[in-house]
Amino acid sequence: MPQSVDKVLDHNKLFYEPEYKQMLENKRAKYENATPAPQVTEILDWTKSWDYREKNLAREALVINPAKACQPLGAVFAAAGFEGTMSFVHGSQGCVAYYRSHLSRHFKEPASAVSSSMTEDAAVFGGLVNLVDGLANTYALYEPKMIAVSTTCMAEVIGDDLNSFILQAKDKESVPQDFDVPFAHTPAFVGSHVDGYDNMMKGILGHFWKDAKRKENASVNIIPGFDGYAVGNIRELNRMLDAMGVNYTVLSDVSDVYDTPSDGEFRMYDGGTKLDAAKKAVNAKATVSMQEYCTRKTLELCEKVGQDVASFHYPMGVAGTDEFLMKMSELSGKAIPDSLTLERGRLVDAMADSQAYLHGKTYAIYGDPDFVYSMARFVMETGGEPTHCLATNGSKEWKEKMEALLASSPFGKGCQVWAGKDLWHLRSIMATELTDLLIGNSYGKYLERDLGIPLIRLTFPIFDRHHHHRFPTWGYHGGLNVLVKILDTVLDKLDTDTGTLGETDISFDLTR
Amino acid sequence: MAKDLEDGADHTKLIEEVLAAYPKKAQKRRAKHLSTAGPVEEGETEIVSKCDTVKSNVKSVPGVMTIRGCAYAGSKGVVWGPIKDMVHISHGPVGCGHYSWSQRRNYYTGTTGVDSFVTFQFTTDFQEKDIVFGGDKKLEKTIDEINELFPLSKGITVQSECPIGLIGDDIEAVAKKKKKDIAKTIVPVRCEGFRGVSQSLGHHIANDAVRDWVLTGEGTAIEATDYDVNIIGDYNIGGDAWSSRILLEEIGLNVVGSWSGDATLAEIENAPKAKLNLIHCYRSMNYICRYMEETHGVPWMEYNFFGPSQIAASLRAIAAKFDQTIQDKAEEVIARYQPLVDQVLAKYKPRLEGKKVMLYVGGLRPRHVVTAYHDLGMEIVGTGYEFAHGDDYKRTGEYIKEGTLIYDDVTGYELEKFIETIRPDLVGSGIKEKYPTQKMGIPFRQMHSWDYSGPYHGYDGFAIFARDMDLAINNPVWGLFDAPWKKSA
Repeated sequence: MPQSVDKVLDHNKLFYEPEYKQMLENKRAKYENATPAPQVTEILDWTKSWDYREKNLAREALVINPAKACQPLGAVFAAAGFEGTMSFVHGSQGCVAYYRSHLSRHFKEPASAVSSSMTEDAAVFGGLVNLVDGLANTYALYEPKMIAVSTTCMAEVIGDDLNSFILQAKDKESVPQDFDVPFAHTPAFVGSHVDGYDNMMKGILGHFWKDAKRKENASVNIIPGFDGYAVGNIRELNRMLDAMGVNYTVLSDVSDVYDTPSDGEFRMYDGGTKLDAAKKAVNAKATVSMQEYCTRKTLELCEKVGQDVASFHYPMGVAGTDEFLMKMSELSGKAIPDSLTLERGRLVDAMADSQAYLHGKTYAIYGDPDFVYSMARFVMETGGEPTHCLATNGSKEWKEKMEALLASSPFGKGCQVWAGKDLWHLRSIMATELTDLLIGNSYGKYLERDLGIPLIRLTFPIFDRHHHHRFPTWGYHGGLNVLVKILDTVLDKLDTDTGTLGETDISFDLTR
Repeated sequence: MAKDLEDGADHTKLIEEVLAAYPKKAQKRRAKHLSTAGPVEEGETEIVSKCDTVKSNVKSVPGVMTIRGCAYAGSKGVVWGPIKDMVHISHGPVGCGHYSWSQRRNYYTGTTGVDSFVTFQFTTDFQEKDIVFGGDKKLEKTIDEINELFPLSKGITVQSECPIGLIGDDIEAVAKKKKKDIAKTIVPVRCEGFRGVSQSLGHHIANDAVRDWVLTGEGTAIEATDYDVNIIGDYNIGGDAWSSRILLEEIGLNVVGSWSGDATLAEIENAPKAKLNLIHCYRSMNYICRYMEETHGVPWMEYNFFGPSQIAASLRAIAAKFDQTIQDKAEEVIARYQPLVDQVLAKYKPRLEGKKVMLYVGGLRPRHVVTAYHDLGMEIVGTGYEFAHGDDYKRTGEYIKEGTLIYDDVTGYELEKFIETIRPDLVGSGIKEKYPTQKMGIPFRQMHSWDYSGPYHGYDGFAIFARDMDLAINNPVWGLFDAPWKKSA
C-alpha cells in the first residue's frame, strides 16, 4: 500500500510505485492488445526520420496539433476590452463554454460570455428567437453597458443575419433602441482567432463611428491585438506613452479585465476602453496597430474614415521598440524622453552582459504571425539564429515578409519559414534538424518532451505556468523579461547538463 | 465563515430573489430548475430527501450564461477521447478540437504519437470550401493520412462538429468505405454540438456509436475467468480508474475493460465477455450497460469509490455478486486500508469538520462525492448538475439531506448570487466558476479536473482528496483579502 498520510503521494509519484507499475504492466500484457515494445520503438524512431518528415510534410487534409484557435475566441477577447461589455455568441452553446474555459486557463481569471444556446430547432428555423430572448436575458441579468455579438460556425452555416436579427430584437424591446449592440460575423471555418479579433474590432468601431462627423484631433488610437501578455503589455504601453506625454486611446484594453484583484468582490466587468472614448476615437488623427495580422480590416476602416494608420508586428526587442516609439513620436509630435532612452540603454546593457550565452544559439519559433515576426527579430538582435519559424495561421504573404526580415541579418541566414504548418510538422522538422531552443506556448511542451529541446513559453496560451502574462514583453522593460526568460532556460540547461555528481559536473560552474 | 442558512424557507426566499432579476419568460422557465430537497414520501426507503422535483435535461435559456457544453464535448471530450490507441478526428473547423485538446486529464500509459494519441488534436480544419462543397473527400484523405503516419493506431473515430450535420455530409458512408480500404475500425459519431441540450446527448450518441460500430465484432482473444468485470464510466481523470482498479484486483477480480479511461480498442471490443459491468458514471454510460445486459447478458451495478464509507459499501456490494473468496478478500482489503483511512480522518477531519460545501458539477459528482465530504465531517448546503436527468436527481436523494438547495443547469447569475448569499466554506465546480468564486474570498476546487490533482477515487485517492480540501480551505491567502487600512469597524 503506497499511500500514506504523512507524505501524500500525488499522481506524479503514486503511479510509479511498484504496486501500480505492476498493475499497469499486467493490464498492458493481458487486456490492451498492445503493440510489442520493439515495434513501438521502431515506429518511434521512424517518426523522427527524414522519411517520415517527407510523408508528414506531404499531408494535404489532416491537421495535427495546429497552433491556432477559431475566430470567435478572438472576438470574445476583443470585446472584453471595452467598458462593461458582455460578449454574446450566437450559435451552439458549447463553443462559449470552450472560449471561457480557454481564457480562464491562461489568465487564471474569470472570463464572462453568453450564448444564444441554439439547438436542432434553431438549426432548422434559424436562431432569431434565441437572439431576441437571449439579448433580453443578458441585458436584464448582467446589466452590461454594451453587448457585442459574434457567431459560432453553426449560425454561420445556416446563414443567420445578425444585422437584421439585432434590429428585430430592438423592435421587440429586448434592449433599448439606443443600446449598443455591435456585431461581427466570425465563421470558424475562415481564418483563425486573429481574424475574429479583427472582425470584432471592426464591428465595434464601425458601430460607433458609423454616422460620426469626424473632427480630427491630435490623439492617436492604439489597437493591441490578440495577446496573451495583454495585461503586462498594455500597462507597459501606457507607461511608455504617458512618459512621452502622448495623447492616445487604447482600443480594447483588457489589462484590468483579466487582472482583477482578490478583495472579496467579483467584478464581472472592470476597466476596458470607455465606450465614450471608443466613440470619440473616430476623431484621432491616426490609429496604430500593434499587430498587423489582427487588424487588417479594422485598419481599412480607420483609413476610410480619414485616419492615418500604421502597424507593427507585436514589437519586441530593441529595434522593434525603437521603431514603435519613433512612430509614436512622429504621430504625436512628442519627443522620446530621456527616461526611455535610459531604459533602452539598460536593455542593451543586459544584452551585452549576456551575449556570450546567446550568440549562435539556434531557435525554432512558432505562434501567431505577428509574434513570430518580432520574436525572430529579437532573437537575431541577441546573436541567436532562428532556424525554423512557423505560424499555422500565417499566410504566404506573411512568409514573404518573414523571409525579407531574415534576409536583413546574417543571423537569419538559412532560416526556414513554415506558413500554414502545424506542430506535428514542426516535430518532424525539429527531429531532423535539431535546434538549441524552442519558443512557443504550452502546447510546445510535447515537443520539448519528445525531442529534449527546452521550451520557452512566451505566447498564448500558457496553461502550465502561472502569471507570466502579468509581466510585459513589449518595450525595453518587456525586452528584459524576454531576455531573462531565454537566459534562464539556457543556463538551467547548462546546469542540468553538468549536474550529475562525479559524472558530468566538471563544468558545474558557480559563476556563469 | 459560512452564514447559517440551512432551512428550506430561507432557500425558497433566496430562489425568489434570484428569479426576480429575470424577464418573465425566462423567469418562468428557470423557476422549474431551482428548488430545495424535499421530505421523502411515506414508504420511500431508498432516499433521504426528494430531489427530483426540479426540471432537468431541457434546453438552456438563451443569454443567461449556462455553464453547459455540447454533444461534441460529451462524445469526443468525455466518452471517446480517452480511448488511447485510436485516433479521434475533430471533424469540422479548428476550434472544438483546440479548446478540448489535453484538457480532461485522462491519464494513460503508452508512447504518445506512436501507439497512444490521447493528448493530440487531430482535425480536418474545415475551410469555407469544405462547407460549400462538403467534407467527405477530405475526410477520406484524412483517414488515409492517419493510417500512413500512425500505423500502430488501432482505429479512427470521426467526431462531428456542428457543420457536418448541417451541410449533409455522409460520414457513415465514408467510414464504411475506408474500413474496407484500411482494415481498421472506423467509427462515425454524429455528435454535432447543436444536438440535444448539453453534453448528455453526446454521451448517449457516443454510447450508440460504440454499440453500432465496435461491439459488432468478435474482439481479440483474452483469457476469460469467472471474475472478469469492466469498469464503466471512469475516465481516469488524474488516474481515478487506476486507484479504483487496484482495489478491484486486490479483492480478486480481473478488469477486462476500462471504459474509457486508459482504454484500448480491444478493451472496448472485449467488454461483453465480462461477467459484470461496474458503472461509476451512470449518466454518461448507463446506455451501453443496458445494451450489454440485453444483448450479451452482462448484468450491471452502480458503485461509488469516493470516500471510505462508499468505497467499503461498494466493495461489499460488488463482492456480494461473486463467491465467498471474493467476499472474504473484500473484507481483508477494507480492513487493510482502514489504518490509512483512520490516519486521514485523524489528520484532516478536525480541520474540516462542519465546513459547508456547495457543488455544481456534471452528471454524477454532485451526488457521488457527497459522502466523501460527509466522511470528513463536512456538510453539503447546495448541489446541482449541468446535464443530469430525472433519474440522477432521484438518486441524489440517496445522499443529501432535506432542505439542501438544488439548482439544475444553473446560470452564472444564479450561482454567483447563491454563493454570495450562502457564503459556503468551499465551492466545488469547474474552471469557469473557479475565479469568480475565489474573488469573493471563497475557497474553491475544480471538481471536473480535480484542479490538476487526483486521483480522488479509491483509498489512495481519498488521502489526496482530503489533503486537497484542507489546503483549499485552510490556506492563509483567504485572510489577506482586506487591506488593513480599509478594514471596516
